[in-house]
Amino acid sequence: MADVKQEQIRNFCIIAHIDHGKSTLADRIIEQTGTLTKREMQEQVLDNMELERERGITIKAQTVRVIYNAKDGKEYVFNLIDTPGHVDFNYEVSRALAACDGAVLIVDAAQGVEAQTLGNVYLALDHDLEVIPVINKIDLPSAEPDRVKAEIEDVIGLDCEDAPLISAKNGLNIDQVLEAIVNKLPAPHGDEKAPLKALIFDSLYDSYRGVIVFCRIMDGTIRKGTKVRMMATGAVEEVVEVGYFGAGQFIPCDELSAGMVGYFTASIKNVRETMVGDTVTDEENPCAEPLPGYKKVQSMVYCGVYPADGAKYGDLRDALEKLQLNDASLNYEPETSVALGFGFRCGFLGLLHLDVIQERLEREYNLDLITTAPGVVYKVHKTDGTVFDVTNPSNLPDPTEIEYMEEPIVSAEIMVTTEFVGSIMKLCQERRGVYLGMEYIEQSRALLKYELPLNEIIYDFFDALKSRSRGYASFDYEMKGYERSELVKLDILVNKENVDALSFIVWAGNAEERGRKMIQKLKEEIPRQMFEIPIQAAIGSRIIARETVKALRKDVLAKCYGGDISRKKKLLEKQKEGKKRMRQIGNVEIPQKAFMSVLKLDEE
Amino acid sequence: MKNKNTRGIYLHIPFCVRKCHYCDFLSAPADEHTKGQYVNALIREIKEAPAWLKEQGSQTFAFSTAFFGGGTPSILKAEEIVRILTAIRENFGFTADAEITMEVNPGTLTEEKARIWHEAGVNRISFGLQSADDEELKRIGRIHTFAKFQESFRIAREAGFDNINVDLMSALPGQSMESYEETVRKVLEMKPEHISSYSLILEEGTYLYDHLKEFPELPDEDMERAMYHRTCEMLKQAGFIHYEISNFSLPGRECRHNQSYWDRTEYLGVGLGSATLIGNKRFTGISSLKEYLKADKDDFRECQETLDTKDEMSEYMFLGLRMMKGVSLRAFEDLFGMSVMEVFSESVDKHIKDGTLKLSEGSLSLTERGIDVANFVMSDFLVD
Repeated sequence: MADVKQEQIRNFCIIAHIDHGKSTLADRIIEQTGTLTKREMQEQVLDNMELERERGITIKAQTVRVIYNAKDGKEYVFNLIDTPGHVDFNYEVSRALAACDGAVLIVDAAQGVEAQTLGNVYLALDHDLEVIPVINKIDLPSAEPDRVKAEIEDVIGLDCEDAPLISAKNGLNIDQVLEAIVNKLPAPHGDEKAPLKALIFDSLYDSYRGVIVFCRIMDGTIRKGTKVRMMATGAVEEVVEVGYFGAGQFIPCDELSAGMVGYFTASIKNVRETMVGDTVTDEENPCAEPLPGYKKVQSMVYCGVYPADGAKYGDLRDALEKLQLNDASLNYEPETSVALGFGFRCGFLGLLHLDVIQERLEREYNLDLITTAPGVVYKVHKTDGTVFDVTNPSNLPDPTEIEYMEEPIVSAEIMVTTEFVGSIMKLCQERRGVYLGMEYIEQSRALLKYELPLNEIIYDFFDALKSRSRGYASFDYEMKGYERSELVKLDILVNKENVDALSFIVWAGNAEERGRKMIQKLKEEIPRQMFEIPIQAAIGSRIIARETVKALRKDVLAKCYGGDISRKKKLLEKQKEGKKRMRQIGNVEIPQKAFMSVLKLDEE
Repeated sequence: MKNKNTRGIYLHIPFCVRKCHYCDFLSAPADEHTKGQYVNALIREIKEAPAWLKEQGSQTFAFSTAFFGGGTPSILKAEEIVRILTAIRENFGFTADAEITMEVNPGTLTEEKARIWHEAGVNRISFGLQSADDEELKRIGRIHTFAKFQESFRIAREAGFDNINVDLMSALPGQSMESYEETVRKVLEMKPEHISSYSLILEEGTYLYDHLKEFPELPDEDMERAMYHRTCEMLKQAGFIHYEISNFSLPGRECRHNQSYWDRTEYLGVGLGSATLIGNKRFTGISSLKEYLKADKDDFRECQETLDTKDEMSEYMFLGLRMMKGVSLRAFEDLFGMSVMEVFSESVDKHIKDGTLKLSEGSLSLTERGIDVANFVMSDFLVD
């Protein structure tokens, strides 16, 4: 490694809208640079979590180093840094970009520029990355490479004259991409003599080696024995191993110097000491100042997570602990619900992150969970002048103690074909969006700019967007800040008892409608019982809506003779199993899924 | 864990003149040749049953009840019934007071058949009438009229049958409370010893299920319950005892064969698809007619489940609760060596509090409200 000159290194990432072929191109690059034989290639080697593969989304960035023998006769080291593909992980994306010197922009030849394409390109340009466009999927019958090239030039302002036209799927023209990386992307130019300065862009917990820190060396050198300091967290550790990334494996080496991308280990026990975006320096010869851009990751979405079986509380705690080792953006703390017993209030980067964690808990740790309605972090200004954050609706103080509340607002960009502009604008209006403007990308497409309250988009905004645009709208957002808002806590009473796990905070103007929808949904979910059950939605002591689950009138089998007994027994057993999956609130049995029903209020 | 004082035999005759619209039983029309072959196979099964029982660790015994069910067993020739009964007598025997029931579809009974059956030992007739309203009968696909039933009933009486059941149905498509009451009244005028009244169960795979839209509306569940409660009133007034959810009889005329299912005494089932309970095993007869006709020795039935004590307790409870006398706490303890309260105290307390169960004279039974939601109650008496 030590003898690799910086001129022969290319550190880059691939940026794209979801499904435009990022992972497939990465696979082809790895394949054609010859570090792996075809047989060793797993489909999409970069996305190695089972869940990622199923959803086709890269959640945890993976990175690989390959060797390319270019047409100029020289051997180049490519460090391909993969970036997460979802808006929930925007900060992680920005740090991965900061570790690169250039980017390959891949655009679908049939679909053209999308909202995420733009978001990612702007992010790359913000980091002064050289961007080379590549048009993918030219094998599709609906491919229009010329139109898409013109669009990229018009909208983004990138020169597309020499843009490779490829099919990553079929391996067509990948060599053009490799040559463009060599010839058009800049080499790193760090100072090997300067004090160590390295950017952490990811980390991974390994039960044998502790945390494996992924970093890009900007200046200086890191080697075994270097005493390193993480400048933001202040953690100081001695390096045990340094190395680079083979495909799916860690390959140790002697040292990593300026311009290189690799990893180090230092018996670090928790990923919280090695936050993404932090700067690593030499404790004994520190750099003057850290790299810019570090932010402490903040949870944007919170919800209660409870074991369906109360006895599994310990298992849930252990599972969260393990997941957190690998995911510094997952937060949790114990909480208690009258309805659901002992559980945790968990914080996530966004709804996808929440989904992923929930699925991993259920799948990898075999837990059956009840999650409460996700909410955002509200700032409560009390009459006594104090301000505090509320992540659990149950912790909202009495309205008389609240001076006012604030809620998080995001800046959103939505790209949509012009025929759907009207319906998307209507959707944004329904979600309390503030219209900022609209730009025509080309004749048939527009970019809508809105400010939207985060709590209006965390449930199902994305689904609503897709269904109202027949799948054509794409969406990107970033946090803008907090704004004062009229918010109320909506309580749900089942058989006159307040069910704390069903409470949520909502904009006052929507409270009645959401309350009504919520109890209608609950009415469908709660099975009829021996007595009539009123379900009410209330704000404070004011009941705003009411439904009734009628009493069970008839549930009897007229006949049961010799030949029927087995079948009837199975029927009763099924009924009994159903009862087991209920939560007892007062004397009413509420099925588990009812607690999740609030998530699906906006189905049309 | 069985009461071994009585044992029954069920004989399944899977043939009918025409399938009724609501029927999900194992039955279908067939030609004379097939029926003849079937009777031969049935007799073969009876002959081979003693050896089979021995293999199961049981033994041959005299039956205290027999029940020809279907389908429509009355469409068999009289001499075929005689041959079947003879085979049972030769291989098992009947107790002196055995109850032998024949299910009869009105319109398939002749004076000759009635006489021969009676001579052969059949002593109870169960008529599938369902309704006294000819429109309703036609609508659900029955082959007879009420007049035809009256004629069959008279034939049975004249042949000497002094123990007759009539099956009725409530909650039929388009049925009104008035027409249902009229049916009950007309049937009571005939003075049967026993009446069963079943609420229609809409079973998947039946003609009615598949063509529901072509039928007049089904009574809603409030009406269905009202009809049920009206049945109880009218029949009690007429001196009938309500002894099981859907069964009523004059004193001493309960169907002993059916009671054996709810009491969980042992029974042998012969014929296509019939259930057998011997020891702690439940068996099901093979259900393919083609295979049944050539079946031999062991292959008439297969073990469906082996019941452990928990299964037996569960069944004892949910079957016992079907009977209005309920579950005797002492009988349960005698059988299982544990008391009902030891095993089910939480469920008992809950349902007594909810008013769905009552405890009186040492027996636990459903209340009137409890009957309406019997499944809801019974599902709390299954042992994990």
